[in-house]
Amino acid sequence: MEIKVRAFGIAKDILGFREQTLSVENGETILEFKKRLLSQYPKFEDLVSLAFAVNEEYCSEDFVLQPLDEVVIIPPVSGG
Amino acid sequence: MSNVRLSAEEMARYARHITIPEFNVEGQKKLKGAKVLVIGAGGLGSPVLLYLAAAGIGHLGIVDFDVVDETNLQRQVLYTVDDVGKSKAEQAEKRLKALNPHLEVTIHNTRLTSDNALDIISQYDVVADGTDNFQTRYLVNDACVLTGKTNVYASIFRFEGQVSVFNYLKEDGTRGPNYRDMFPEPPPPGLVPNCAEGGVIGVLPGIIGSLQALEVIKVVSGVGTPLVGRLFLLDAATFETRTLKVYKSPATKIEGLIDYDQFCGIVPAASANDEVKEVSVQELKELQDTQEAFQLIDVREPFEYEIANLEGELIPLSAVLDSAHRFKRDRKVVVHCKSGARSAKAIKQLQDEFQLDNLYNLKGGILAYAREIDTALQTY
Repeated sequence: MEIKVRAFGIAKDILGFREQTLSVENGETILEFKKRLLSQYPKFEDLVSLAFAVNEEYCSEDFVLQPLDEVVIIPPVSGG
Repeated sequence: MSNVRLSAEEMARYARHITIPEFNVEGQKKLKGAKVLVIGAGGLGSPVLLYLAAAGIGHLGIVDFDVVDETNLQRQVLYTVDDVGKSKAEQAEKRLKALNPHLEVTIHNTRLTSDNALDIISQYDVVADGTDNFQTRYLVNDACVLTGKTNVYASIFRFEGQVSVFNYLKEDGTRGPNYRDMFPEPPPPGLVPNCAEGGVIGVLPGIIGSLQALEVIKVVSGVGTPLVGRLFLLDAATFETRTLKVYKSPATKIEGLIDYDQFCGIVPAASANDEVKEVSVQELKELQDTQEAFQLIDVREPFEYEIANLEGELIPLSAVLDSAHRFKRDRKVVVHCKSGARSAKAIKQLQDEFQLDNLYNLKGGILAYAREIDTALQTY
């Protein structure tokens, strides 16, 4: 199935895109999706506190993705 | 707010506020009666302070130890060329008093630390965090939770901004989410650049800081619905926004202020003894599978152990030195925590005090183990 991924902040630099439609397994969880990102983009390991939101709502790692869901990846930002 | 009165002069000055039906004189009196602490008088602090002063907040506190630098003028609109080299807090006070003579200002020309944060913050009603590093972000958050203050949070990076209202006292008596519910652990040092390292478009703090000032005014006046339990994101480069719902996490526990430099991985220059040997989660799995004699020690807190554990012996970081005898000398000892920072600290302490050389830090901690070895393990 396909999902939409929108990256903010430093996550955008690591992924190399701002927004992209990605193909994932049917019924993939956020945890599995994180592992997928980690295997493709090893630098993600450093971002321990990366947050994930699906359809504008923070979600836990056991959240099951549905087709066309929008996953937002939010890294912490410290500038002031 | 019956004890707060507005003079005729003030009634005239704030006429455009007072004309708003749901805001009116009552809202204006609440602003006058409020004490707001603005931490960081830089990119975000500039619009926050200017708009709060103009709006009629009665008492503003300013925390900043820095001086104005020429590179600040591209976005820190509180300051002029004449201010370069001078104290930000002092110049800000002059500028704000020139803007609004009814305003009372207290300057804290000092770095906010674990030693002074509770004392300073407890003197105010609401905090606006516009600092520029993760250590102070976590410090401000924790101090606001401990003192029961609302923390109006904003932060910026290049073209992007974030805003939220943390630890807000809701009508049902509970508190809204705070920074640690969103970002339980800081990123490793150097990974996420601040404005100096990563750059920032000058007008961005103007936009995001103005939203921050707006939320302060809403929290203080009680007018509108503040950004509680929600994180606002702006990507000014594409003009896209998201407002994400966020929740309190049961794993968030703030019981006192800590060493935030250490928490954020900023440690003093390494000495020879500071070398910490590491094992990967795969190497730990091999040790477990081959039944080679080794000892596994978990230096997290008991509540974390309850959420998930690797059946290691639990010795919280604070008890490590007193429990040094429990660390075996005749075999490999693997030490772990949630993601690796606390266990590295424990190993350093033991190497320094007891010259142990058989300690190995589990790289990535239990989180890496959950991710790569045992996905059934509860993460938090």
